[in-house]
Amino acid sequence: MSHILLRHREIPDINQLSVYKKNGGFAAFKNAVMKMKPNEVTDVVKNSGLRGRGGAGFPTGMKWSFIDNKNWPHYVVANADESEPGTFKDREIMEGNPFQFLEGLAIGCYAVGANAAYVYLRGEFWELGSSLDEKIAEMEEAGFLGDKLFGTEYSLRIYTHLGAGAYICGEETALLESLEGKRGQPRVRPPFPPAVGLYGKPTIINNVETFTNVPMIMANGAEWHKSIGTTDSPGVKIFSLSGRVRKPGNYELPLGTTFRELIYTHGGGVQDSRKVKAIMPAGASSSLILVDDDKILDTPMDYASVRTLKADLGSASIIVVDDTVSMDWLVNKTVHFFKHESCGKCTPCREGTYWMSRISERIHDGAATRADVDLLLNVAKQMQGKCLCALGEFSTMAVVSGIERFRKDFDNAVKA
Amino acid sequence: MSLAQKYSKEVKQILSKYPPEGKRSAMMPLLFLAQREEGYITKSAMQDIAQMLDVTETEVAGVVGFYTLYHEEKAGKYRIQVCTDLPCALRGAEKFMDDLCGNLGIKVGETTSDGVVTVEAVTCLAACDKAPMFQTQGPEGIKYHENMTVDKTVELINSLKNVAEASK
Ligand SMILES: Cc1cc2nc3c(=O)[nH]c(=O)nc-3n(C[C@H](O)[C@H](O)[C@H](O)COP(=O)(O)O)c2cc1C
Ligand code: SF4
Ligand code: FES
Repeated sequence: MSHILLRHREIPDINQLSVYKKNGGFAAFKNAVMKMKPNEVTDVVKNSGLRGRGGAGFPTGMKWSFIDNKNWPHYVVANADESEPGTFKDREIMEGNPFQFLEGLAIGCYAVGANAAYVYLRGEFWELGSSLDEKIAEMEEAGFLGDKLFGTEYSLRIYTHLGAGAYICGEETALLESLEGKRGQPRVRPPFPPAVGLYGKPTIINNVETFTNVPMIMANGAEWHKSIGTTDSPGVKIFSLSGRVRKPGNYELPLGTTFRELIYTHGGGVQDSRKVKAIMPAGASSSLILVDDDKILDTPMDYASVRTLKADLGSASIIVVDDTVSMDWLVNKTVHFFKHESCGKCTPCREGTYWMSRISERIHDGAATRADVDLLLNVAKQMQGKCLCALGEFSTMAVVSGIERFRKDFDNAVKA
Repeated sequence: MSLAQKYSKEVKQILSKYPPEGKRSAMMPLLFLAQREEGYITKSAMQDIAQMLDVTETEVAGVVGFYTLYHEEKAGKYRIQVCTDLPCALRGAEKFMDDLCGNLGIKVGETTSDGVVTVEAVTCLAACDKAPMFQTQGPEGIKYHENMTVDKTVELINSLKNVAEASK
């Protein structure tokens, strides 16, 4: 099957405007602006069943329909913060097929009546930011952005904005704070961004991959999109495959593809032909899926099926862990990540990640006892349900699942 | 010279991206601008920015302190920021870091004696399939270096040293 999102893999130079146009580019945007009402665009996306690709899997069309039409102006923000360990798909999209992403963003803007959009890129994507600025300028030149587009009254401008290194800024309300020039700390919700977002105005925030799906859905129709993937999770997904596999990388596959197909058919299998011990399907924020039975690898990767393994698909950043890895080491890694990235706004997360990192470090150093393992599990469980944003919750996932499902690894690391 | 005088064109261009009620959004791009030359942000640059955006200096300092890509202290001309996060570590990033530091004769966080390179450990940079990898942060911005070896890195450092020497 040819790619729907990573089309640069078949079409050379599709990151050039002329080539993108020759391959049908901007026809969907032009058609929407000239021939459709904004809510008709939203309806197509709603009917397509597209779910957000940033992690939560929220239905995209439904989110767009929540925009508050009593309060203006409206904004759209593309979440290009891509900082979840194990996730590297948005970067490939923006480098390889940038215009499809920008066209999807433009269609989203038209659907919710926004005349300005921001692409919030993590600061490390510095070079990508400059290249997107050039692409945006070319679009203006070609009449795809600017005032009175295609002879209508609709105007649109897109701007890039660089973050400066903070995982929490991927959380949508922290992102808005950061975009407003403040520290990236999450806002208390409700109100949600479609009611009160950027500069207090109604704002739609979607992931880069979510937007990149939109031009193809507009061009081929909602039914076409629903015919791919599963009923619960229609469409294709870019799986970022990393860890102990022979061929790590991005693989665009229908939702519902099995772990086995991804890891063995596409990823070339496990390095040194070892056994899969655990899988983290949503990057460092995942629960650890215990692969003690080979059949687990036949689980389809869609939102509902992954949940039956007591984990979430999230952003589909599949980290493969083999049997050379001890989970006390792995948990120490994830806990340090979250301690470093906690924004410090609420006590359970700030203090909890601090204590978890102290204890897990001690366990990993071999200086702890079994009671410390229980203590670590306890601290993590105490945090659950008490944090202001999902980061706090994420920080406990690998800890709780790691200790509950791989207790032996921890007991081996401590003194009797 | 104030930031606005020194980089008048860039400052204007940055401010034009945001609506008047969102002027403060220029904070982060202005901080990158302030950091461009010396690799860290001075007190006087923070004062400039506070004045331009009608916020207090404390607020500017709060933003600087929050984000890892802003620096308040001088380090090497180039920061080599090696990703040692979980997915990269599963592909040899920790050993790469040890070997690199061993080769340079410094520890993580330290600067080479000629002041050209500081080696730091950072979290995921969205390049996990291309480990070992790092980014360099320097006067020309941020650049990615992927599928690296210690040999290739030493070569790169030598070329950075030449650039630094030439610009003296
Ligand atoms: C700690 C944290 C980090 C996040 N990081 C990202 C990210 O890097 N990129 C992203 O698109 N969404 C991220 N999200 C999810 C966003 O909050 C938001 O749900 C998403 O951008 C919505 O877009 P979607 O509906 O298209 O998925 C993160 C959420 C949390 C709690
Ligand atoms: S849970 Fe953590 S990251 Fe989220 S607001 Fe609280 S301190 Fe900040
Ligand atoms: S873990 Fe190193 S780039 Fe993602």
